[in-house]
Amino acid sequence: MIDSLYRWVDDRLNISGGTRKLLNKIFPDHWSFMLGEIALYSFVILVLTGIFLSLYFVPSQKDVIYHGSYLPLDGTHMSEAYASTINLSFSVRTGLLMRQMHHWAANIFVGSIVVHMCRIFFTGGFRRPREFNWIIGVNLLILAIFNGFLGYSLPDDLVSGTGIRIAFSILEALPIVGSYLATFLFGGNYPGTAIIPRFFILHVLILPAIIAALIGAHLGLLVKQKHTQFAGNGATERNVVGSPMWPIFIAKTNGFLFLVAGVTAALGAAVQINPIWQYGPYVPYHVSYAVQPDWYMGWLDGALRVMPSWEIVFPGHMIPNAFFPGILLPGITFTLLMMWPMLEARIRNDTLEHQILEEPRNNPWRTSIGAAVLSFYFVLFGASATDVLANYLQVSLNTVLITFRVLCILVPLIVGPVTYKICLELQHQHRPTKTKRHNIVMRSAEGGYSTIEVQARPGDERTILPPIPVDAMILVNDDGEPILADGGPVTVGAGAGPGAGSGRGNGSRGLFRIPRSYR
Amino acid sequence: MPDSPDTPDTPDSTGGVPAAGAVPQSPGHEGATGTPAGAHPSDSPNGPDSQPPTMVKVSINAPQFQVAAAHPERVERGIAVMFVLGLLGFAGFGAAYYQNAANYWLGGSLAVGFFGLGVGMVAWGKYLMPRGPFSESRHSAAPTEEEREAFLTDFSSRGKVAVERRGFLLKILGVVGGVFGIVAMFPLLRSLGPLPKNMFYVTKWRKGSYLTTSDGRRVHVDDLDVGSVMTVFPQDDVGGAMSQTMLIRISTVNVITAADRKSWGPAGYVAFSKVCTHAGCPVALYQKLIEELLCPCHQSIFDIGPDPDHPGWYTPAMPVFGPAPRPLPQLALYIDRQGYLRAQGPYYEPVGPGFWERGAQGIAQ
Repeated sequence: MIDSLYRWVDDRLNISGGTRKLLNKIFPDHWSFMLGEIALYSFVILVLTGIFLSLYFVPSQKDVIYHGSYLPLDGTHMSEAYASTINLSFSVRTGLLMRQMHHWAANIFVGSIVVHMCRIFFTGGFRRPREFNWIIGVNLLILAIFNGFLGYSLPDDLVSGTGIRIAFSILEALPIVGSYLATFLFGGNYPGTAIIPRFFILHVLILPAIIAALIGAHLGLLVKQKHTQFAGNGATERNVVGSPMWPIFIAKTNGFLFLVAGVTAALGAAVQINPIWQYGPYVPYHVSYAVQPDWYMGWLDGALRVMPSWEIVFPGHMIPNAFFPGILLPGITFTLLMMWPMLEARIRNDTLEHQILEEPRNNPWRTSIGAAVLSFYFVLFGASATDVLANYLQVSLNTVLITFRVLCILVPLIVGPVTYKICLELQHQHRPTKTKRHNIVMRSAEGGYSTIEVQARPGDERTILPPIPVDAMILVNDDGEPILADGGPVTVGAGAGPGAGSGRGNGSRGLFRIPRSYR
Repeated sequence: MPDSPDTPDTPDSTGGVPAAGAVPQSPGHEGATGTPAGAHPSDSPNGPDSQPPTMVKVSINAPQFQVAAAHPERVERGIAVMFVLGLLGFAGFGAAYYQNAANYWLGGSLAVGFFGLGVGMVAWGKYLMPRGPFSESRHSAAPTEEEREAFLTDFSSRGKVAVERRGFLLKILGVVGGVFGIVAMFPLLRSLGPLPKNMFYVTKWRKGSYLTTSDGRRVHVDDLDVGSVMTVFPQDDVGGAMSQTMLIRISTVNVITAADRKSWGPAGYVAFSKVCTHAGCPVALYQKLIEELLCPCHQSIFDIGPDPDHPGWYTPAMPVFGPAPRPLPQLALYIDRQGYLRAQGPYYEPVGPGFWERGAQGIAQ
């Protein structure tokens, strides 16, 4: 039945031809290749939980008086968006779980993109021919941050409403077109009644569609250009070494999908996130203390805080203060990120294709620049908590802020050279091996000491197997039966019987046979 | 070693599959078809596809084909346990849903289900499948020069005949496309909202507006003690985001904040816009002891204490710390005959953060 159905489809679409290559696609086994998978799977979770949420969320700023199951807010004026978020959290079964999973998955999504990107950056995975995929990745990061901010804004609670207010001010700060864009997007002056419905459609349709398309392009290029890999273990510039898509990678990666889902579910179950009913509905003239955005907006919030109170004023016009940290900084950040592969190739005069990744230590120049820049954003992230830190450390806000202004400059200047030095030091280190063998120090009867190296025990040595061409990996014989190889020294093609049938059913561990063409 | 390969066959003898990458010979050695490690594909003069396909022979007993687990039966049992755990987790989720259990039961059971499934599948792939490693070959991402030439020749020769000759048509096509691009922006952008015009320059405050609390009461001169604050609005815009104003009673006598503001602070009342000049958050914190206003968003601090240069005067909400670049605009007040606080007129400059058209004076065009 399935066989004939497959034939029917295959005769029309020729799945067998193209997909066989896909089954053989090799995925390198290094753990760091998993980071992008976390991003992919958290996006899957975002879509699934997001569909659930969209069925209950009402994107409307219409004023309603709340009479729901959350009694502390009974009788309070609020927007329909806020009321529906409370309702889906308290009155819809699994609603709170879905909301918390969605929010956690969003944080994991952006986080894994950033870490994935750091891995690519520090190992030079963006070099020719992968510049396009790097640029797509940077755009995915931008879109993920944007969409995270939009989703965070939708419940229209007091904290996120303040965030929208700041977003309006940043938009307004754009030279020449700022006031126009701000009034267009908000349908008038702040706050208006249009922004939540507009953010909603951006958040659930437009940006996810673009993100999905870019993920498709990202993975498409990954298949077309194949993976990079670390040196060693038989890896060369001309091959890819690892596990084939079917069945090994499929099993591992699907398991990994469920693990990511499991982590998200556990977080959604046990770790409260964004309890908007505690913040209260957005009221334009209310504000709460210790207002921090989600973590991925932290560096922008920190930049807004540490920016000195400068404005450029000239007759009839001005460039407002918020322009520099709110628009110029992210503009420069993401432009430089996107341009980096080309810049580096130009500076280092490197036009070759690279399939083998670099160890960060072996490119101290890039590693130290990356670490210094990263430390700058870490400091900005820390600066988004100036008020909390001042409160916690019992020092004045002024001291904390001025400290962060200094650290912004100082920390990258220290981190860069130190990283450079560490890289050079590490280059002289021997590669760490899997098993260390200890020495025995013997004291002789005369009182002298001698050192004896312990003999290797079985299992001490780590055998590095050479890679086998993936075409040789066949799971069943021509009759569709699994072939079991025995433990004997059967070498196909060297006179062994067809299918090495002698080994059938011998309780051995192999399940594999060499295709006829190899015999 | 059982996995030492035989000598490669010739392709025609088996009619078979081209080799993919290196042939395993012995650990640490490059295969027959592989280039030396580190060799660059574009170093190869012939290009990657010009090499003859080579057959590979691998022993069926090669360790790469064996499962990674030393005791597969035990691992299989473990995976089965994990799958059953996953089953129990999902069943538990169903039960928790049926019982309308608390969030941690719902999420916890779901997490157990996912973890069981996930650990089992990863272990299956990692321990019960051929340990590998396997390899596939790769080629340079760039096409060969011949491929490129062929494409460009086709494209430009046909283009010359069919397109380039009609330069006039091309120009018109460009103009049409450009005009379409511009008019498409009308509905996509212009329909979204009104032009800003003087929107950022005006608030609902005007001459005679009553200072009104958020619950709609008019503010009377006796309402606030010295050192108290209140958020006020014009009576026709209660709760308005742009017209929100901080009313502070600093003293009991007329408060002067500048030479041209001698009558703006009757009976110790001063009013400043509550919209921060930095990013528009409500400047909601009044620090009574040091007589400062603080914006909780980015910690800009505005001084409303005594003016050190003019004894008896007060500072007109000058920014003294943080990113805010300009003082909070002050609203001129008066007290009418019934004792109600009212505005002498609108704000003398735009409230809130800066924008391109504002300029230094903030005078509406």
